[in-house]
Amino acid sequence: MVLTLAAPLLIVCAYSMLSRGAYGGVELPVTPENYARLFTPLYAGIFLRSFAVAGIATALCVALGFPLALFIARSRRPNLCLALVILPFWTSFLIRIYAWIFLLRDTGLINTVLLRLHVIGEPLPLLYTNGAVVLGLVYGFLPFAVLPLYAVIERVERQDKVLLEAAADLGASSTAVFWRMLVPLCMPGIRAASLLVFVPCLGTYLVSDLLGGSKTVLIGNVIQNQFTASRDWPFGAALSIVLIVAAAAMLYAGRRGGAELA
Amino acid sequence: MRLVLALYALLVFAFLNVPLLILAVFSVNAGRFTSWSGFSLRWYQAMLADGNLMESAMNSLVIAGVSTVAATLLGTMAAYAVWKRKSNWFSGSLYLSLVMPEIITGISLLALFQWAFRFLRLQLGMHTVVLAHVSFSLAFVVVVVLARLRSFDPSLEEAARDLGATEYSAFARVTLPYMMPAIIAAALLAFTVSIDDYVITSLVAGIDSQTLPMVIYAMARRGVSPVLNAVSTTLVVALGVLILISHRLRSL
Repeated sequence: MVLTLAAPLLIVCAYSMLSRGAYGGVELPVTPENYARLFTPLYAGIFLRSFAVAGIATALCVALGFPLALFIARSRRPNLCLALVILPFWTSFLIRIYAWIFLLRDTGLINTVLLRLHVIGEPLPLLYTNGAVVLGLVYGFLPFAVLPLYAVIERVERQDKVLLEAAADLGASSTAVFWRMLVPLCMPGIRAASLLVFVPCLGTYLVSDLLGGSKTVLIGNVIQNQFTASRDWPFGAALSIVLIVAAAAMLYAGRRGGAELA
Repeated sequence: MRLVLALYALLVFAFLNVPLLILAVFSVNAGRFTSWSGFSLRWYQAMLADGNLMESAMNSLVIAGVSTVAATLLGTMAAYAVWKRKSNWFSGSLYLSLVMPEIITGISLLALFQWAFRFLRLQLGMHTVVLAHVSFSLAFVVVVVLARLRSFDPSLEEAARDLGATEYSAFARVTLPYMMPAIIAAALLAFTVSIDDYVITSLVAGIDSQTLPMVIYAMARRGVSPVLNAVSTTLVVALGVLILISHRLRSL
Protein backbone atom coordinates (compact mmCIF):
# COMPACT_ATOMS: atom_id res chain seq x y z
CA MET A 1 0.00 0.00 0.00
CA VAL A 2 2.91 2.33 0.74
CA LEU A 3 4.33 1.43 -2.64
CA THR A 4 1.07 1.84 -4.52
CA LEU A 5 -0.24 4.93 -2.79
CA ALA A 6 2.52 6.93 -1.12
CA ALA A 7 5.32 6.64 -3.68
CA PRO A 8 3.26 7.83 -6.67
CA LEU A 9 1.80 10.66 -4.61
CA LEU A 10 5.25 11.83 -3.56
CA ILE A 11 6.35 11.88 -7.17
CA VAL A 12 3.28 13.87 -8.21
CA CYS A 13 4.04 16.27 -5.37
CA ALA A 14 7.62 16.69 -6.62
CA TYR A 15 6.48 17.11 -10.23
CA SER A 16 4.08 19.87 -9.24
CA MET A 17 7.01 22.06 -8.19
CA LEU A 18 9.14 21.55 -11.29
CA SER A 19 9.14 23.17 -14.72
CA ARG A 20 7.57 21.83 -17.85
CA GLY A 21 9.72 19.63 -20.10
CA ALA A 22 9.84 20.27 -23.82
CA TYR A 23 8.35 16.87 -24.76
CA GLY A 24 6.21 16.21 -21.71
CA GLY A 25 7.82 15.17 -18.46
CA VAL A 26 9.50 17.66 -16.15
CA GLU A 27 12.71 19.65 -15.84
CA LEU A 28 14.47 21.73 -13.24
CA PRO A 29 14.36 24.45 -11.86
CA VAL A 30 11.94 24.34 -9.00
CA THR A 31 9.18 26.91 -9.44
CA PRO A 32 6.04 28.01 -7.57
CA GLU A 33 4.45 29.06 -10.85
CA ASN A 34 2.25 25.97 -11.27
CA TYR A 35 0.45 26.76 -8.06
CA ALA A 36 0.22 30.46 -8.89
CA ARG A 37 -1.64 29.58 -12.10
CA LEU A 38 -4.34 27.86 -10.07
CA PHE A 39 -5.53 31.25 -8.87
CA THR A 40 -6.16 32.71 -12.30
CA PRO A 41 -9.89 33.27 -12.94
CA LEU A 42 -10.04 30.50 -15.56
CA TYR A 43 -8.90 27.71 -13.25
CA ALA A 44 -10.55 29.11 -10.14
CA GLY A 45 -13.78 29.07 -12.15
CA ILE A 46 -13.26 25.45 -13.17
CA PHE A 47 -12.64 24.50 -9.54
CA LEU A 48 -15.79 26.29 -8.47
CA ARG A 49 -17.83 24.61 -11.20
CA SER A 50 -16.46 21.18 -10.24
CA PHE A 51 -17.38 21.76 -6.61
CA ALA A 52 -20.85 22.94 -7.62
CA VAL A 53 -21.53 19.99 -9.93
CA ALA A 54 -20.21 17.49 -7.36
CA GLY A 55 -22.22 19.21 -4.64
CA ILE A 56 -25.49 19.08 -6.58
CA ALA A 57 -24.91 15.44 -7.54
CA THR A 58 -24.11 14.57 -3.91
CA ALA A 59 -27.24 16.31 -2.59
CA LEU A 60 -29.36 14.49 -5.16
CA CYS A 61 -27.76 11.13 -4.37
CA VAL A 62 -28.38 11.49 -0.64
CA ALA A 63 -31.92 12.83 -1.10
CA LEU A 64 -32.82 10.07 -3.58
CA GLY A 65 -30.89 7.40 -1.72
CA PHE A 66 -32.36 7.95 1.75
CA PRO A 67 -35.95 6.87 1.02
CA LEU A 68 -34.62 3.95 -1.03
CA ALA A 69 -32.35 2.85 1.82
CA LEU A 70 -35.32 3.19 4.18
CA PHE A 71 -37.38 0.94 1.94
CA ILE A 72 -34.58 -1.64 1.74
CA ALA A 73 -34.06 -1.60 5.51
CA ARG A 74 -37.77 -2.27 6.07
CA SER A 75 -38.27 -4.77 3.27
CA ARG A 76 -38.47 -8.49 3.85
CA ARG A 77 -35.81 -9.24 1.23
CA PRO A 78 -33.07 -6.65 1.86
CA ASN A 79 -30.38 -8.74 0.16
CA LEU A 80 -32.32 -8.96 -3.09
CA CYS A 81 -32.96 -5.20 -3.07
CA LEU A 82 -29.31 -4.47 -2.35
CA ALA A 83 -28.32 -6.71 -5.24
CA LEU A 84 -30.59 -4.65 -7.54
CA VAL A 85 -28.68 -1.55 -6.46
CA ILE A 86 -25.19 -3.04 -6.56
CA LEU A 87 -25.46 -5.10 -9.72
CA PRO A 88 -25.65 -2.19 -12.20
CA PHE A 89 -22.98 -0.44 -10.17
CA TRP A 90 -20.41 -3.16 -10.75
CA THR A 91 -21.20 -3.71 -14.40
CA SER A 92 -18.93 -1.45 -16.38
CA PHE A 93 -19.07 2.26 -15.63
CA LEU A 94 -18.20 3.07 -19.22
CA ILE A 95 -21.13 1.09 -20.57
CA ARG A 96 -23.56 2.65 -18.14
CA ILE A 97 -22.54 6.08 -19.42
CA TYR A 98 -22.86 4.85 -22.98
CA ALA A 99 -26.40 3.70 -22.16
CA TRP A 100 -27.27 7.32 -21.38
CA ILE A 101 -25.74 8.52 -24.64
CA PHE A 102 -28.03 6.01 -26.32
CA LEU A 103 -31.04 7.46 -24.49
CA LEU A 104 -30.25 11.17 -24.50
CA ARG A 105 -28.77 12.07 -27.87
CA ASP A 106 -30.74 13.90 -30.55
CA THR A 107 -31.69 10.68 -32.33
CA GLY A 108 -31.73 8.75 -29.05
CA LEU A 109 -34.57 6.76 -27.60
CA ILE A 110 -36.14 9.56 -25.53
CA ASN A 111 -36.21 12.04 -28.41
CA THR A 112 -37.36 9.39 -30.89
CA VAL A 113 -40.28 8.36 -28.68
CA LEU A 114 -41.28 11.95 -27.91
CA LEU A 115 -41.13 12.85 -31.62
CA ARG A 116 -43.24 9.84 -32.59
CA LEU A 117 -45.85 10.77 -30.01
CA HIS A 118 -45.78 14.36 -31.31
CA VAL A 119 -45.04 15.69 -27.85
CA ILE A 120 -42.21 17.73 -29.34
CA GLY A 121 -41.63 19.07 -32.84
CA GLU A 122 -37.86 18.81 -32.87
CA PRO A 123 -35.36 16.91 -30.73
CA LEU A 124 -34.64 18.32 -27.28
CA PRO A 125 -30.96 19.07 -26.65
CA LEU A 126 -30.45 16.62 -23.80
CA LEU A 127 -26.92 15.32 -24.33
CA TYR A 128 -23.84 17.53 -23.81
CA THR A 129 -25.44 19.67 -21.12
CA ASN A 130 -24.66 20.26 -17.45
CA GLY A 131 -27.89 18.45 -16.66
CA ALA A 132 -26.66 15.34 -18.48
CA VAL A 133 -23.45 15.41 -16.43
CA VAL A 134 -25.34 15.65 -13.14
CA LEU A 135 -27.69 12.88 -14.27
CA GLY A 136 -24.71 10.67 -15.17
CA LEU A 137 -23.08 11.31 -11.81
CA VAL A 138 -26.26 10.54 -9.87
CA TYR A 139 -26.75 7.38 -11.93
CA GLY A 140 -23.14 6.35 -11.41
CA PHE A 141 -22.75 7.14 -7.73
CA LEU A 142 -26.21 6.54 -6.24
CA PRO A 143 -25.13 3.09 -4.96
CA PHE A 144 -22.25 4.78 -3.09
CA ALA A 145 -24.89 6.69 -1.14
CA VAL A 146 -27.42 3.89 -0.70
CA LEU A 147 -25.03 1.40 0.91
CA PRO A 148 -23.90 3.50 3.93
CA LEU A 149 -27.43 4.93 4.30
CA TYR A 150 -28.87 1.43 4.38
CA ALA A 151 -26.30 0.36 6.98
CA VAL A 152 -27.11 3.26 9.30
CA ILE A 153 -30.90 3.11 8.90
CA GLU A 154 -30.90 -0.61 9.52
CA ARG A 155 -28.87 -0.10 12.70
CA VAL A 156 -30.92 2.86 13.98
CA GLU A 157 -34.24 1.11 13.39
CA ARG A 158 -32.94 -1.94 15.26
CA GLN A 159 -31.05 -0.30 18.13
CA ASP A 160 -33.09 2.84 18.69
CA LYS A 161 -36.48 1.33 17.98
CA VAL A 162 -37.63 2.38 21.47
CA LEU A 163 -36.74 5.99 20.82
CA LEU A 164 -38.72 6.08 17.59
CA GLU A 165 -41.69 4.37 19.22
CA ALA A 166 -41.52 6.67 22.23
CA ALA A 167 -41.68 9.71 19.97
CA ALA A 168 -44.74 8.28 18.23
CA ASP A 169 -46.36 7.43 21.58
CA LEU A 170 -45.81 10.97 22.79
CA GLY A 171 -47.83 12.24 19.87
CA ALA A 172 -45.29 12.94 17.15
CA SER A 173 -46.69 12.50 13.67
CA SER A 174 -44.88 10.08 11.38
CA THR A 175 -43.46 13.08 9.48
CA ALA A 176 -42.11 14.51 12.73
CA VAL A 177 -40.63 11.14 13.72
CA PHE A 178 -38.93 10.98 10.35
CA TRP A 179 -37.47 14.50 10.32
CA ARG A 180 -36.77 15.02 14.00
CA MET A 181 -35.79 11.51 15.10
CA LEU A 182 -34.79 9.23 12.24
CA VAL A 183 -32.82 11.71 10.12
CA PRO A 184 -30.78 13.16 13.03
CA LEU A 185 -30.04 9.65 14.33
CA CYS A 186 -28.84 8.64 10.87
CA MET A 187 -26.50 11.63 10.56
CA PRO A 188 -23.25 9.57 10.71
CA GLY A 189 -24.42 7.54 7.72
CA ILE A 190 -25.58 10.65 5.85
CA ARG A 191 -22.14 12.19 6.32
CA ALA A 192 -20.45 9.01 5.13
CA ALA A 193 -22.72 8.82 2.09
CA SER A 194 -22.02 12.45 1.21
CA LEU A 195 -18.26 11.91 1.42
CA LEU A 196 -18.31 8.71 -0.59
CA VAL A 197 -20.23 10.43 -3.38
CA PHE A 198 -18.67 13.88 -3.26
CA VAL A 199 -15.00 12.88 -3.40
CA PRO A 200 -15.19 10.69 -6.52
CA CYS A 201 -17.60 13.16 -8.19
CA LEU A 202 -15.13 15.97 -7.65
CA GLY A 203 -12.53 14.24 -9.77
CA THR A 204 -14.94 12.87 -12.32
CA TYR A 205 -13.55 12.60 -15.77
CA LEU A 206 -15.46 10.06 -17.86
CA VAL A 207 -18.95 11.36 -17.12
CA SER A 208 -18.17 14.97 -17.99
CA ASP A 209 -16.11 13.86 -20.97
CA LEU A 210 -18.79 11.67 -22.55
CA LEU A 211 -22.03 13.32 -21.40
CA GLY A 212 -20.84 16.92 -21.08
CA GLY A 213 -19.02 17.13 -24.38
CA SER A 214 -16.61 20.02 -24.61
CA LYS A 215 -18.98 22.43 -22.87
CA THR A 216 -18.70 21.09 -19.34
CA VAL A 217 -15.03 21.19 -18.45
CA LEU A 218 -14.41 19.96 -14.93
CA ILE A 219 -11.21 19.66 -12.96
CA GLY A 220 -10.75 15.96 -13.82
CA ASN A 221 -10.84 16.78 -17.53
CA VAL A 222 -8.28 19.56 -17.12
CA ILE A 223 -5.92 17.20 -15.28
CA GLN A 224 -6.31 14.51 -17.92
CA ASN A 225 -5.66 17.08 -20.62
CA GLN A 226 -2.45 18.31 -18.98
CA PHE A 227 -1.07 14.78 -18.97
CA THR A 228 -2.10 13.95 -22.53
CA ALA A 229 -2.78 16.64 -25.14
CA SER A 230 -1.28 19.69 -23.42
CA ARG A 231 1.78 17.85 -22.11
CA ASP A 232 2.10 20.19 -19.15
CA TRP A 233 2.79 17.64 -16.44
CA PRO A 234 3.86 20.03 -13.65
CA PHE A 235 0.63 22.01 -13.91
CA GLY A 236 -1.44 18.82 -14.09
CA ALA A 237 0.41 17.59 -11.00
CA ALA A 238 -0.33 20.85 -9.16
CA LEU A 239 -4.03 20.52 -10.01
CA SER A 240 -3.95 16.91 -8.78
CA ILE A 241 -2.30 17.88 -5.50
CA VAL A 242 -5.08 20.38 -4.81
CA LEU A 243 -7.67 17.68 -5.55
CA ILE A 244 -5.88 15.11 -3.37
CA VAL A 245 -5.55 17.55 -0.47
CA ALA A 246 -9.23 18.47 -0.75
CA ALA A 247 -10.24 14.79 -0.82
CA ALA A 248 -7.99 13.78 2.09
CA ALA A 249 -9.08 16.78 4.18
CA MET A 250 -12.73 15.93 3.63
CA LEU A 251 -12.21 12.28 4.54
CA TYR A 252 -10.27 13.24 7.66
CA ALA A 253 -12.87 15.80 8.72
CA GLY A 254 -15.58 13.25 7.99
CA ARG A 255 -14.00 10.61 10.21
CA ARG A 256 -13.43 13.20 12.94
CA GLY A 257 -17.03 14.37 12.62
CA GLY A 258 -18.23 10.82 13.17
CA ALA A 259 -18.97 9.69 9.62
CA GLU A 260 -19.35 5.93 9.61
CA LEU A 261 -17.17 4.87 6.72
CA ALA A 262 -18.01 1.23 6.09
CA MET B 1 -47.04 5.37 3.28
CA ARG B 2 -45.57 1.91 2.78
CA LEU B 3 -47.05 1.81 -0.69
CA VAL B 4 -45.59 5.20 -1.65
CA LEU B 5 -42.18 4.05 -0.45
CA ALA B 6 -42.44 0.80 -2.40
CA LEU B 7 -43.50 2.61 -5.56
CA TYR B 8 -40.61 5.02 -5.14
CA ALA B 9 -38.15 2.16 -4.66
CA LEU B 10 -39.49 0.52 -7.79
CA LEU B 11 -38.88 3.74 -9.73
CA VAL B 12 -35.28 3.97 -8.52
CA PHE B 13 -34.59 0.31 -9.30
CA ALA B 14 -35.95 1.00 -12.77
CA PHE B 15 -33.77 4.12 -13.10
CA LEU B 16 -30.71 2.04 -12.21
CA ASN B 17 -31.45 -1.01 -14.33
CA VAL B 18 -33.66 -0.02 -17.29
CA PRO B 19 -30.99 1.88 -19.29
CA LEU B 20 -28.94 -1.34 -19.46
CA LEU B 21 -32.00 -3.41 -20.36
CA ILE B 22 -32.76 -1.02 -23.21
CA LEU B 23 -29.23 -1.51 -24.56
CA ALA B 24 -29.76 -5.27 -24.39
CA VAL B 25 -33.07 -4.99 -26.28
CA PHE B 26 -31.54 -2.87 -29.04
CA SER B 27 -28.53 -5.18 -29.32
CA VAL B 28 -30.81 -7.81 -30.90
CA ASN B 29 -32.59 -5.28 -33.10
CA ALA B 30 -32.25 -6.04 -36.81
CA GLY B 31 -32.16 -2.38 -37.82
CA ARG B 32 -29.40 0.15 -37.34
CA PHE B 33 -31.61 2.89 -35.94
CA THR B 34 -33.46 3.52 -32.72
CA SER B 35 -36.67 1.85 -33.80
CA TRP B 36 -37.58 -1.81 -33.54
CA SER B 37 -37.35 -3.75 -36.80
CA GLY B 38 -37.28 -7.38 -35.79
CA PHE B 39 -35.04 -9.81 -33.91
CA SER B 40 -31.57 -10.53 -35.22
CA LEU B 41 -28.18 -11.57 -33.91
CA ARG B 42 -26.31 -9.82 -36.73
CA TRP B 43 -24.65 -7.27 -34.41
CA TYR B 44 -23.25 -10.10 -32.30
CA GLN B 45 -21.84 -11.69 -35.47
CA ALA B 46 -20.38 -8.31 -36.45
CA MET B 47 -18.84 -8.04 -32.99
CA LEU B 48 -17.18 -11.46 -33.24
CA ALA B 49 -15.90 -10.64 -36.73
CA ASP B 50 -14.31 -7.36 -35.62
CA GLY B 51 -10.58 -8.07 -35.29
CA ASN B 52 -9.80 -4.91 -33.36
CA LEU B 53 -12.50 -5.62 -30.78
CA MET B 54 -11.49 -9.25 -30.33
CA GLU B 55 -7.80 -8.41 -30.01
CA SER B 56 -8.49 -5.78 -27.35
CA ALA B 57 -10.82 -8.19 -25.54
CA MET B 58 -7.99 -10.74 -25.51
CA ASN B 59 -5.61 -8.10 -24.10
CA SER B 60 -8.16 -7.26 -21.42
CA LEU B 61 -8.55 -10.90 -20.44
CA VAL B 62 -4.78 -11.43 -20.17
CA ILE B 63 -4.30 -8.24 -18.16
CA ALA B 64 -7.25 -8.98 -15.86
CA GLY B 65 -6.11 -12.60 -15.38
CA VAL B 66 -2.53 -11.79 -14.46
CA SER B 67 -3.37 -8.76 -12.30
CA THR B 68 -6.14 -10.66 -10.48
CA VAL B 69 -3.79 -13.44 -9.42
CA ALA B 70 -1.16 -10.98 -8.23
CA ALA B 71 -3.60 -8.63 -6.49
CA THR B 72 -5.39 -11.51 -4.76
CA LEU B 73 -2.15 -12.96 -3.40
CA LEU B 74 -0.75 -9.62 -2.24
CA GLY B 75 -4.11 -8.34 -0.99
CA THR B 76 -4.81 -11.46 1.05
CA MET B 77 -1.40 -11.24 2.71
CA ALA B 78 -1.93 -7.54 3.38
CA ALA B 79 -5.39 -8.17 4.88
CA TYR B 80 -3.99 -10.90 7.14
CA ALA B 81 -1.20 -8.57 8.27
CA VAL B 82 -3.62 -5.72 8.98
CA TRP B 83 -5.88 -8.06 10.91
CA LYS B 84 -2.97 -9.40 13.02
CA ARG B 85 -1.68 -5.98 13.98
CA LYS B 86 -4.58 -3.55 13.89
CA SER B 87 -3.23 -0.57 12.00
CA ASN B 88 -5.37 2.56 11.90
CA TRP B 89 -3.01 4.37 9.61
CA PHE B 90 -3.24 1.58 7.08
CA SER B 91 -7.03 1.41 7.02
CA GLY B 92 -7.16 5.19 6.62
CA SER B 93 -4.99 5.02 3.52
CA LEU B 94 -7.11 2.11 2.29
CA TYR B 95 -10.26 4.26 2.21
CA LEU B 96 -8.36 7.08 0.63
CA SER B 97 -7.25 4.84 -2.21
CA LEU B 98 -10.79 3.48 -2.63
CA VAL B 99 -12.42 6.90 -3.02
CA MET B 100 -9.47 8.64 -4.70
CA PRO B 101 -10.66 9.90 -8.07
CA GLU B 102 -9.39 7.48 -10.72
CA ILE B 103 -7.74 10.22 -12.70
CA ILE B 104 -5.44 10.93 -9.74
CA THR B 105 -4.49 7.28 -9.37
CA GLY B 106 -3.86 7.17 -13.11
CA ILE B 107 -1.61 10.19 -13.36
CA SER B 108 0.32 9.35 -10.20
CA LEU B 109 1.04 5.87 -11.58
CA LEU B 110 2.02 7.39 -14.91
CA ALA B 111 4.37 9.79 -13.13
CA LEU B 112 5.85 6.89 -11.14
CA PHE B 113 6.43 4.78 -14.26
CA GLN B 114 7.98 7.65 -16.21
CA TRP B 115 10.25 8.41 -13.29
CA ALA B 116 11.32 4.77 -12.98
CA PHE B 117 11.90 4.57 -16.74
CA ARG B 118 14.68 7.12 -16.41
CA PHE B 119 16.69 4.34 -14.78
CA LEU B 120 15.24 1.30 -16.54
CA ARG B 121 15.16 1.27 -20.29
CA LEU B 122 11.47 0.42 -20.59
CA GLN B 123 8.36 1.80 -22.24
CA LEU B 124 4.67 1.89 -21.44
CA GLY B 125 2.94 -1.34 -22.44
CA MET B 126 1.17 -4.43 -21.16
CA HIS B 127 3.43 -4.68 -18.12
CA THR B 128 2.69 -1.15 -16.93
CA VAL B 129 -1.04 -1.76 -17.39
CA VAL B 130 -0.78 -4.96 -15.33
CA LEU B 131 1.16 -3.15 -12.58
CA ALA B 132 -1.42 -0.36 -12.51
CA HIS B 133 -4.29 -2.85 -12.33
CA VAL B 134 -2.64 -4.75 -9.48
CA SER B 135 -2.22 -1.54 -7.54
CA PHE B 136 -5.82 -0.35 -7.83
CA SER B 137 -7.50 -3.73 -7.34
CA LEU B 138 -5.38 -4.41 -4.26
CA ALA B 139 -7.54 -2.15 -2.09
CA PHE B 140 -10.71 -4.02 -3.11
CA VAL B 141 -9.14 -7.37 -2.21
CA VAL B 142 -7.96 -6.11 1.18
CA VAL B 143 -11.39 -4.68 2.04
CA VAL B 144 -13.26 -7.87 1.15
CA VAL B 145 -10.84 -10.28 2.86
CA LEU B 146 -10.54 -8.06 5.91
CA ALA B 147 -14.32 -7.98 6.30
CA ARG B 148 -14.31 -11.78 6.49
CA LEU B 149 -11.42 -11.89 8.96
CA ARG B 150 -13.25 -9.50 11.31
CA SER B 151 -15.73 -12.28 12.04
CA PHE B 152 -12.97 -14.85 12.62
CA ASP B 153 -12.25 -15.83 16.20
CA PRO B 154 -8.47 -15.48 16.76
CA SER B 155 -8.60 -18.08 19.53
CA LEU B 156 -9.21 -20.75 16.87
CA GLU B 157 -5.75 -20.14 15.48
CA GLU B 158 -4.32 -20.14 19.01
CA ALA B 159 -6.11 -23.40 19.78
CA ALA B 160 -4.52 -25.00 16.72
CA ARG B 161 -1.10 -23.86 17.93
CA ASP B 162 -1.81 -25.23 21.43
CA LEU B 163 -2.67 -28.56 19.88
CA GLY B 164 0.74 -28.71 18.26
CA ALA B 165 0.30 -27.06 14.87
CA THR B 166 3.18 -24.94 13.62
CA GLU B 167 2.46 -21.29 12.95
CA TYR B 168 2.40 -22.03 9.24
CA SER B 169 0.07 -25.01 9.40
CA ALA B 170 -2.26 -23.24 11.82
CA PHE B 171 -2.61 -20.53 9.19
CA ALA B 172 -2.87 -22.91 6.24
CA ARG B 173 -5.33 -25.35 7.80
CA VAL B 174 -7.45 -23.15 10.06
CA THR B 175 -7.37 -19.49 9.06
CA LEU B 176 -6.93 -19.87 5.31
CA PRO B 177 -9.93 -22.20 4.79
CA TYR B 178 -12.05 -19.70 6.73
CA MET B 179 -10.85 -16.86 4.50
CA MET B 180 -11.35 -18.85 1.29
CA PRO B 181 -14.86 -17.69 0.26
CA ALA B 182 -13.79 -14.09 0.72
CA ILE B 183 -10.58 -14.68 -1.23
CA ILE B 184 -12.51 -16.07 -4.19
CA ALA B 185 -15.05 -13.26 -3.95
CA ALA B 186 -12.22 -10.74 -3.83
CA ALA B 187 -10.55 -12.30 -6.85
CA LEU B 188 -13.80 -12.06 -8.86
CA LEU B 189 -14.15 -8.44 -7.81
CA ALA B 190 -10.56 -7.66 -8.76
CA PHE B 191 -11.18 -9.29 -12.13
CA THR B 192 -14.27 -7.15 -12.79
CA VAL B 193 -12.66 -3.85 -11.81
CA SER B 194 -9.68 -4.75 -13.98
CA ILE B 195 -11.74 -5.73 -17.06
CA ASP B 196 -13.79 -2.58 -16.66
CA ASP B 197 -11.18 0.11 -16.07
CA TYR B 198 -10.74 2.83 -18.65
CA VAL B 199 -9.40 6.00 -17.00
CA ILE B 200 -6.26 4.55 -15.40
CA THR B 201 -5.56 2.12 -18.22
CA SER B 202 -5.74 4.75 -20.94
CA LEU B 203 -3.06 6.79 -19.16
CA VAL B 204 -0.55 4.00 -18.59
CA ALA B 205 -1.18 1.95 -21.75
CA GLY B 206 1.33 1.74 -24.58
CA ILE B 207 0.65 1.17 -28.26
CA ASP B 208 0.57 -2.63 -27.92
CA SER B 209 -1.83 -2.71 -25.00
CA GLN B 210 -5.20 -1.45 -26.17
CA THR B 211 -7.87 -2.88 -23.88
CA LEU B 212 -11.57 -3.49 -24.48
CA PRO B 213 -12.72 -0.41 -22.51
CA MET B 214 -10.37 1.75 -24.61
CA VAL B 215 -12.02 0.50 -27.80
CA ILE B 216 -15.48 0.94 -26.25
CA TYR B 217 -14.58 4.49 -25.27
CA ALA B 218 -13.41 5.32 -28.76
CA MET B 219 -16.63 3.87 -30.21
CA ALA B 220 -18.82 5.72 -27.69
CA ARG B 221 -17.12 9.01 -28.55
CA ARG B 222 -17.91 8.49 -32.22
CA GLY B 223 -21.55 8.00 -31.31
CA VAL B 224 -24.01 5.17 -31.00
CA SER B 225 -23.47 1.91 -32.84
CA PRO B 226 -25.46 -1.33 -32.73
CA VAL B 227 -22.21 -3.31 -32.47
CA LEU B 228 -21.41 -1.38 -29.32
CA ASN B 229 -24.84 -2.33 -27.95
CA ALA B 230 -23.94 -5.99 -28.51
CA VAL B 231 -20.50 -5.55 -26.89
CA SER B 232 -22.08 -3.77 -23.93
CA THR B 233 -24.70 -6.43 -23.40
CA THR B 234 -22.14 -9.23 -23.55
CA LEU B 235 -19.88 -7.48 -21.08
CA VAL B 236 -22.69 -6.54 -18.70
CA VAL B 237 -24.03 -10.11 -18.63
CA ALA B 238 -20.55 -11.63 -18.14
CA LEU B 239 -19.60 -9.21 -15.38
CA GLY B 240 -23.05 -9.51 -13.81
CA VAL B 241 -22.63 -13.26 -13.42
CA LEU B 242 -19.19 -12.85 -11.83
CA ILE B 243 -20.53 -10.23 -9.44
CA LEU B 244 -23.49 -12.35 -8.43
CA ILE B 245 -21.16 -15.26 -7.60
CA SER B 246 -18.86 -12.92 -5.69
CA HIS B 247 -21.82 -11.45 -3.78
CA ARG B 248 -23.05 -14.94 -2.87
CA LEU B 249 -19.63 -15.98 -1.60
CA ARG B 250 -19.30 -12.90 0.56
CA SER B 251 -22.65 -13.42 2.25
CA LEU B 252 -21.75 -17.01 3.21
